[in-house]
Amino acid sequence: MPGVLKTETGKGLALSAPASLYVGLLVAAPLAILVAYSFWTQTYVAIDKTLTWANYIEAATDPLVRHLMLRSILIAGAVTLATVALAYPIAYFIAFRTQKKTLWLLLITIPFWSSYLLRVFSWKLILGFNGVMNSALLTTGAIDEPLTFLLYNEFAVVLTLAHAWAPFAILPIYVSLQKIDRAYLEAATDLGCNRLERFFRVTLPLTVPGIIAASLIIFIPTVGDYVTPSLVGGSQGKMIANLMQVQFGAANNWPLGATLSLVAMASVGAVAIGFVVITTALGRRIR
Amino acid sequence: MKLLTRFPWLFVYAIAYLVFLYLPVLLLPLFSFNDGTIVAFPMKGFTLKWYAGLGGQETLLQAMVNSLIVGIVTALVATSLGLFAARAYVRYRFKGKELSEGLVMLPLVIPGIIVASSMLVLFISLGLKPSLTTVVLGHVFLALPFAVSIMKSAFDDFDQSLEEAAFDLGESIIGTFRRVTLPIVAPGIVASLLVTFTVSFDEFVLAFFLSGNQPTLPVYIWSQIRFPAKLPNTLALGSLLLLASVLLLLTAEYFRRRSTKSA
Repeated sequence: MPGVLKTETGKGLALSAPASLYVGLLVAAPLAILVAYSFWTQTYVAIDKTLTWANYIEAATDPLVRHLMLRSILIAGAVTLATVALAYPIAYFIAFRTQKKTLWLLLITIPFWSSYLLRVFSWKLILGFNGVMNSALLTTGAIDEPLTFLLYNEFAVVLTLAHAWAPFAILPIYVSLQKIDRAYLEAATDLGCNRLERFFRVTLPLTVPGIIAASLIIFIPTVGDYVTPSLVGGSQGKMIANLMQVQFGAANNWPLGATLSLVAMASVGAVAIGFVVITTALGRRIR
Repeated sequence: MKLLTRFPWLFVYAIAYLVFLYLPVLLLPLFSFNDGTIVAFPMKGFTLKWYAGLGGQETLLQAMVNSLIVGIVTALVATSLGLFAARAYVRYRFKGKELSEGLVMLPLVIPGIIVASSMLVLFISLGLKPSLTTVVLGHVFLALPFAVSIMKSAFDDFDQSLEEAAFDLGESIIGTFRRVTLPIVAPGIVASLLVTFTVSFDEFVLAFFLSGNQPTLPVYIWSQIRFPAKLPNTLALGSLLLLASVLLLLTAEYFRRRSTKSA
């Protein structure tokens, strides 16, 4: 055995094993137990361990589950689109139009070093019926009655999450913009592209990897977000995570909760893979 | 440079975007000094009573202690695991390296609610009651990607020949690590400790599922958000928390830059 630890592979594996085993075990073991639970059923006091598809059938046929799952994916899609679209110009600005790159990157990341829960809570206070936005607009006389479309709907959820994920979109896109060889841009201009053509035919296609990375980092966790729909979503903005929390909490139906987790994970995975395939193909076509 | 003479649309957009980013973060401290229980304009007047009111609350102080314990233990464990793993990734080429590097980053991309619920089921099945221990187990999982990537960039700029020289001059492996390697990557370690502590200190969903009857500070805040009468106190507490997080992470950033040559 001591001989193995002298080789590079042995040393590398030995040093990295604690970290990768820790993560590996805490991914694999809960997953295995979730799968087991998803085939069991909850009776009033105990878990019935007879294997059955009942939870999957319930998840597939219950309109509420389908509705919330679909809405979670749509909201996550809207959040991804909004965040990336809002973030792209900023990343472009930092990469091409300013000398103070480090300062701007720092300015953009500082707000996200604060608690996520508190930032969402703050949006609730801003958007509320008697909240900061409405009272400011009323005081200045811009409106006569409080705006009601601000809080407790999908809009509030998308806005809050577009704020929450901002640096996760800006940083990957900035990195891919920064990597572009400036000679390509000069070449495009020399070959007769105007600025708009140059952006759409050279710059944008070259940043597709950054856009894909940003979209995945945002989309995947957003589908399972719990805090934002709970605080600012109201009844219109509830998502699948809210239903999962109910199953693990008040409803005390862990087998159904486990099934919902697995179904959510599978749906997110399927949508994410589809997205990568389509975007990659599109990126090639524009070029 | 010709570009800069045109009207700077992008610059104006960038400033507007910064306002959007900072608005919610600056709002909590602003209204925490407001002498009124409603968060709305016009503001009433300046007061410090909401901060003063935080002192005597027993459950709050207990939640604070819980959060500190969880944060410190998480930071120590995640940074130790990350230190060794990062050294392996930077220093050695080995079979399964890519798999292992990908695996430790996985916690970043799994939705929080799925991590939280599946860990709850696992721990209960193993007979572990929800407590600060289970929260630490979960937080180490979440914080590990941060520790590994910070330690990787610290080791990236580390000159291996220094270790070889110490070794050739008769130091043992452990002596070399302690007297050469460790002091050089120390700023990276400090940065990793601070970042992982903050990740844990601010984390809510996992703690919500796994803390049982030992709430951490974010779980305590969650329980207070529902009560409008407690709102000003919650604002004051939230503002203190924001300040602590930003200070910790600015310090971490300072150490991280010291640990890499490029800065």
